[in-house]
Amino acid sequence: MHRRVFHRLLAAAAASLIVMTQAFAPAQAADEGADAMILKLSTEVLDSIKADPAIKSGDLSRLMALVDSKIMPHVNFQRMTAASVGPGWRQATPEQRKRLQEEYKILLVRTYAGALQQVDDMAVSVKPMRAAPEDKEVVVRTEVKGKPGTEPVQLDYRMEKAPAAERGWRIYDLNVMGVWLVQTYRSQFAQEVNAKGIDGLISSLVERNKANAAAKKG
Amino acid sequence: MKLAPDLGPGVRVARRLLGLWLLAPGLLLLLSACASGPQANPADPLEPWNRSVYKFNDALDRAVLKPVATAYQESTPELVRQGVGNFFGNLEDAWTTVNSALQLKGQAAAESFTRFWVNTLMGLGGVLDVASEMQIPRHNEDFGQTLGYWGVGAGPYIVLPLLGPSTVRDTAALPADWYGDLVTHTDDVAARNTLIAVRAVHKRGRLLKQEGLLEGAALDKYSFLRDAYLQHRRNLVYDGNPPEEPMIEDVEPEESPAK
Repeated sequence: MHRRVFHRLLAAAAASLIVMTQAFAPAQAADEGADAMILKLSTEVLDSIKADPAIKSGDLSRLMALVDSKIMPHVNFQRMTAASVGPGWRQATPEQRKRLQEEYKILLVRTYAGALQQVDDMAVSVKPMRAAPEDKEVVVRTEVKGKPGTEPVQLDYRMEKAPAAERGWRIYDLNVMGVWLVQTYRSQFAQEVNAKGIDGLISSLVERNKANAAAKKG
Repeated sequence: MKLAPDLGPGVRVARRLLGLWLLAPGLLLLLSACASGPQANPADPLEPWNRSVYKFNDALDRAVLKPVATAYQESTPELVRQGVGNFFGNLEDAWTTVNSALQLKGQAAAESFTRFWVNTLMGLGGVLDVASEMQIPRHNEDFGQTLGYWGVGAGPYIVLPLLGPSTVRDTAALPADWYGDLVTHTDDVAARNTLIAVRAVHKRGRLLKQEGLLEGAALDKYSFLRDAYLQHRRNLVYDGNPPEEPMIEDVEPEESPAK
């Protein structure tokens, strides 16, 4: 009896030791390439969605929780929003900036949620990357394969080296089948900002999100 | 894969000829360009005109094509639709072969050529996609992309009645694409028209899901579709690997960790 307990303790100690070595190996983490990071992240996220029937059936709050815990730490969402808003961002107050980021995130997450029904068949592969080791910004190209017989979907990421304190890489733009997110939203947002100002853009986003939520239910 | 900047006199002549060919629609566009509004997008000088054609197409789509495509999507089994898609995809592979060759892409041309014959002979006239099972990759080339490969710029965005988003270049390429489309070579007129109609319904059916996505993602569907279309075509011209353009960003990235 005592022996078994002792063994368990030993196993637990060994496990925590492994966890600690991994946690305290910053040099290794910093050296991880942007492509390796994307592969790990996409596989992880796909696996968690596949294992979660609630997300697959369209539970948006569950998906949002997953996005916040797994994806957002690897995204420079402020840069993404600022670039999408364009020159108007400079005039925006901190409060407006916060609102823009919140609503933009909901819009994007809801858009991508629509593609999650076929997630069971999805697998991600990363294409060879052309980047020098000293590059601070790189493009990682991936391909999402779906059901056999369907054409793979091109999915690329612009990544920046995170500040030294955070290590690793952060996503700041993505590209689906050749269409960059920031570039596309930039003219969407500019139209609103030019016509109705920053607050007008915020209320358009809020309305869009409300309409999407209603369409989902109906 | 780079654009050939100068491959000799032959190419220069070819480019000049292409330029002449593009002149006619270009002139037409110039004439109507003065109609553009104050906040005109440089890639879309015809925006007012385009928007009205877009509206027309959209209304027609809602009234006719979309209901038919929805019914098709709901009444046919997935397997049948896959066969239909394979059949028309196989015909496209033939034209892709020609355009890959015109772009001096030997491997893509050989693969598309092999796909076409394998699927035609072993896949019941293209209904089964045997070539994909054999891991022969599919390519996507048309004459608009061939022109793009040889340096012809896309030109202004243009929404064509019935056909939808295009550019001046892709519109100029249409007669060639029409000619290279094996469906148009069907002798029996009734059969040909049926094929064209079935293909239109099938393609529309496949877009139903993406359309929902567009609906939810866009603040203005017209400009969203336009910007996505232009980028997507450029991406196709470069086979998914366009020269990298840095993200437009006139706002300095800030250090504030505020979230």
